[in-house]
Amino acid sequence: MQSHTLAAEVSTSTSRGLTITLFLIFVAITLAITIWASRQTKTATDFYAGGRQFSGFQNGMAIGGDYMSAASFLGIAGLIALYGYDGFLYSIGFLVAWLVALLLVAEYLRNSGRYTMADVLAFRMRQRPVRTAASVSTIVVSIFYLIAQMVGAGALVSLLLGIKPDTTFLGMDAGTAKVATIILVGALMIVYVIVGGMKGTTYVQIVKAFMLMTGALLMTILVLAHYKFNLSQLLGDAAQQSGKGDAFLEPGLRYGIESASASATFYSKMDLLSLGIALVLGTAGLPHILTRFYTVPTSKIARKSVLWAIGIIGTFYLFTLALGFGAAALVGGANITAQDKAGNTAAPQLAQALGVDYLGGETGGAVLLAIIAAVAFATILAVVAGLTLASSSSLAHDFYASVIKRGQANERDEVRVARISALVIGAVAIALSIFAQSLNVAFLVALAFAVAASANLPAILYSLFWKRFNTSGALWSIYGGLTAAVVLVFFSPVVSGSATAMFPDHDWHFFPLSNPGIISIPIGFLCGWIGTVISKEDDTAKYAELEVRSLTGHGAH
Amino acid sequence: MTTEVPSSSTERYRTVQESEEFGRLRHAVRSFVFPMTVAFFLWYALYVLLSAYARGFMSAKVVGNINVALIFGLLQFVSTFLIAWYYSRYAARKIDPLAEKIHGELSAGDTTDKKVED
Repeated sequence: MQSHTLAAEVSTSTSRGLTITLFLIFVAITLAITIWASRQTKTATDFYAGGRQFSGFQNGMAIGGDYMSAASFLGIAGLIALYGYDGFLYSIGFLVAWLVALLLVAEYLRNSGRYTMADVLAFRMRQRPVRTAASVSTIVVSIFYLIAQMVGAGALVSLLLGIKPDTTFLGMDAGTAKVATIILVGALMIVYVIVGGMKGTTYVQIVKAFMLMTGALLMTILVLAHYKFNLSQLLGDAAQQSGKGDAFLEPGLRYGIESASASATFYSKMDLLSLGIALVLGTAGLPHILTRFYTVPTSKIARKSVLWAIGIIGTFYLFTLALGFGAAALVGGANITAQDKAGNTAAPQLAQALGVDYLGGETGGAVLLAIIAAVAFATILAVVAGLTLASSSSLAHDFYASVIKRGQANERDEVRVARISALVIGAVAIALSIFAQSLNVAFLVALAFAVAASANLPAILYSLFWKRFNTSGALWSIYGGLTAAVVLVFFSPVVSGSATAMFPDHDWHFFPLSNPGIISIPIGFLCGWIGTVISKEDDTAKYAELEVRSLTGHGAH
Repeated sequence: MTTEVPSSSTERYRTVQESEEFGRLRHAVRSFVFPMTVAFFLWYALYVLLSAYARGFMSAKVVGNINVALIFGLLQFVSTFLIAWYYSRYAARKIDPLAEKIHGELSAGDTTDKKVED
């Protein structure tokens, strides 16, 4: 197959116009749904939990839409395309993680909580300190995740629309287009959340999940058909075209790199283990995922929605395997890195190559490229809307209603505050993203998972299953795990002291790993235990209530 | 929680929690989810450890270009799907009926304290 560059001259303008048209159609449809949803949004339950009327399948799709970020779609396909097998490791962690949510969290959270993660954490604790802590960690996780997504959107726009450094588009150069994209994405997510609440956001996620699955399935079929469904031949071609040979199909090109230095090898392997643990334990502590379990009527349906999510997400990651290896084989490693060193354009480039070969030449290539680019933008929008909703819910329901108003706020004020919070959080995220756009912030997604695993998960599991757990323990585990993860990353090579760091020209790092999980997760669990045993508080009556309600669903909202 | 629960109902929860029936429900839940969590975590950890430290074994080709590492990775997908399916079957048979029975008994006693509105 010929080498295809993303911005093949003939098709650039066709493709660009089509990408924008398709994206505008998506925006128009989702805005229409959002406005419809706003008419159905009257109570706090409607705003925070979409009225708790979604079916297991709908919520499963929405979970998929919330979870399969651009980092999974473009990022993992790109990682596989450039580093082969090691990209696959990522998707396995992201999938297996759902068993933690299924077995230990989803149903009990649904039974005992109302709108936010803190509802469960503060159930038998002193409300104000625990809700403050939960709110802080919710916002930290969500903001990290938001910045990574929005900066990613800015970086993608010039690649997906083919704006080269020396050309302009609608009078904007690549730099201006980046900022404009960040502002546009931010503005849309604020509108989705403020107008549509959880109902609107959920439908945006369902539509996006459907588009993403359809697009990925179509490309997977084309890749497999190209190799007459011979997986071995696809792998062989991928290995050859990647320029890495058999090593491409084996672990070790990206994570756990073996080098001449024994200590570098040791740390690289530790980093791999650390990443693996954070991926698996982080998912069930992500606030925007946890709030999704409240959108269904019962815990049994929450379980069903996780089962659907596992099926959808697992299938999607199998598609990315075909997309990544397909991009390596049909586009080639050199052509991918020529477009984007991180490989984020591997999937769109593959779309173009497949379109050229199977959907009628250059026009077909432009069409498929445009579809996949529009899907990528839709993906980013749905994820950032979910994050904004989760953090503004926590700010309003936990911080405003329980901490400031001491539980005396009326429902209407609370929802009004939630909407204002969405505006504020959205604006902060836009500002931070514009500031961070030239920095390498890809590590923020992994950091969000590490904080979720180190601060939130220990507190959730102790709350649900440990009778003795108390206010002090909850505060220790949240603040301890949060601090450990953030401090370790701040002093790690992803922030300073390496060529790919956020601040490559400075060096204050002393922690050798890029991923803090292997240290910070045990710290979170240990802090929770220490904090508990040094405090005398032991409310067995409230635990009786929590345990009975979480297991039976009695008194569930 | 914002829900105000009268002390009588607190007593009720404690009575239920200490009942033999609730003990069976707790046992049905914990005896499944805890060992299963340990099992899938160890199975996943084994996979990550082999990827890090058993490169020769993982690189061995099985059929054509398909090596042990790929098969191991795909098995993680298979095991995740199977555990999810097995849990849903187990929960429907052993957990849900008990939970619903206790829930029903509790709700029957709800006549005094009105059900909290959503």
